[in-house]
Amino acid sequence: MEIAIAIVIGVLFAGGIYGILRRSLVKLILGIILLGQAANMLVFSSGGLRESVPVFVDASTKATDVADPIPQALVLTAIVIGFGLIIFSISLLMKAQKALKSDDINAFNNTDKVS
Amino acid sequence: MIVLPILIPFLIGVLCLLVKKTSLSSTLSILGAFLQLGVAVWMLTEVVAAEIIAVQIGNWQAPFGISIVADLMAAIMVLITAVISLAVQFYALSDISKALKQKHFYAIVNLLLMGVNGSFLTGDLFNLYVWFEVMLIASFVLITMGGEKAQLEGGVKYLVINLLSSILFLCGIGLLYGKLGTLNMADIAAKMVDVEDAFLINSSAMLLFVAFGIKSALFPFFFWLPASYHTPNIAISALFAGLLTKVGVYALIRSYTLLFQTQFDLIQDVLIVVSACTMIFGVFGAACQYDIKKILSFHIISQIGYIVMGLAIGTPLAIAGAIFYTIHHIVVKTNLFLIGGLIERIYGTSDLKKLGGLFKWSPAFSLLFFIPAFSLGGIPPFSGFWAKFGVIRAGLEANHFWLVGAALFVGVFTLFSMTKIWAEAFWKKSEVESPPHWNSLTYSSVLPCVVLALITLYLSFFGNTLFSYAESTSAQLLNPSFYINALLN
Repeated sequence: MEIAIAIVIGVLFAGGIYGILRRSLVKLILGIILLGQAANMLVFSSGGLRESVPVFVDASTKATDVADPIPQALVLTAIVIGFGLIIFSISLLMKAQKALKSDDINAFNNTDKVS
Repeated sequence: MIVLPILIPFLIGVLCLLVKKTSLSSTLSILGAFLQLGVAVWMLTEVVAAEIIAVQIGNWQAPFGISIVADLMAAIMVLITAVISLAVQFYALSDISKALKQKHFYAIVNLLLMGVNGSFLTGDLFNLYVWFEVMLIASFVLITMGGEKAQLEGGVKYLVINLLSSILFLCGIGLLYGKLGTLNMADIAAKMVDVEDAFLINSSAMLLFVAFGIKSALFPFFFWLPASYHTPNIAISALFAGLLTKVGVYALIRSYTLLFQTQFDLIQDVLIVVSACTMIFGVFGAACQYDIKKILSFHIISQIGYIVMGLAIGTPLAIAGAIFYTIHHIVVKTNLFLIGGLIERIYGTSDLKKLGGLFKWSPAFSLLFFIPAFSLGGIPPFSGFWAKFGVIRAGLEANHFWLVGAALFVGVFTLFSMTKIWAEAFWKKSEVESPPHWNSLTYSSVLPCVVLALITLYLSFFGNTLFSYAESTSAQLLNPSFYINALLN
């Protein structure tokens, strides 16, 4: 289980970094989404991974058998924040793409120029 | 009630969203800013008396609930935030167009302030992440407000790098929780002391370093700042320049004096190299620019280098110097941006090549610029000199000669940039007979600059009050057991 999750997180990070290093705005936003999901998975897995054990336990279940619920709660918060940010990002990138008439990030070099 | 600095901007922000008339929302917002200033002053006196005040939200006791903590460091940062927000909102009365005010400029500024104050006051790492996000989303809206081409472009750069920084921050929090099983800052610090294989924490320490480094524009991560800070309205730039990078610096100071104090030796070498490079690259970036706003943006970076230099040296005097530097820098930098905005308003441009003759037309206005500019340059007796003196002396005492050499070298170039603005905009003979839009200067836009200049003068001549405060703050910061005991018992 840990191995599978670790590989998934690694692939998400790799995909995300590949995405943000591309020159297209669409791949940039996809990269950020993937990186966000990778971070969420990382936080999620930090509470421990246990199979089919409910959190609300009777007296016979040991506390070590269940996964820590706090990271799961944290991830929910992070996912909601992530939604808001991604929606804002997509709308901003769309407006920027219309204003600069290009979806190539290399065209985004005007504000860096020495005047 | 130390949650008031978070609640007031929230309530004012919500009210501003409901109000349709812009005159009403601006009055409301400025009244709120006055209220916040009052609360901040009152909180500072309370904190000085009690040394530390903590509130457990929802009465969940410390390691389990979210704590709101006001220690000396947080109290002074909240106070300076209130001062800056008041000055900027006054300035915004005539600087921000009515169309933008109708798009809820004041509401978003208040939500930004809520995020800033929340970051200063929180005692929980995940809660800090949430406040960062509150601050970020408000700053995204503000930086692209108006929707001009340059703003959208700068906004994209600002947005992407900050999203990346949040993701790294979240990863750092996740790994830290996996190792320690707690997110309360005091509890983390307490558990760090007797944790086995502490080197496993280093991954979190470095992830947080990169995340806060991006936010505070440290050396390899600073390119977003000069690419975006000169694009929005000048009042917004001034607010960002004063407060946002300093939240990153505050988080860095908090992390490496409290959370990862046991790992400080490891991080110290990194901090020293990074702070030296930040100073040098920032000042060279400024030296080749010919636009007031871009020069000032690059100077934020080099000044952040000085503050982090204080943290890197890590002695009590150095941390005190860093805190004094932060306060001095927030006041001076915001003021310079606001005055740069006035110059831009007078001429319709902030390109130095097209300016000139301001000294001939108004020596008083020149004096207004002279005070913060040469304070930033570190000329005695201005506050910048005492700030630099503090960190450099601490560096000499701790035998960091290379770092001190870099700081002195950068000081010369800072002065070079300020004299460049002075020579080009004030002393140079003007091409035009009289300044084109001289009467666009209104009371509401000059008054905040005057008040901030007076604060700079106060810090210059009576700086010892702030410096002794900074010394007790650094003593408190370097003694984390005090913070831990105050929260966990």
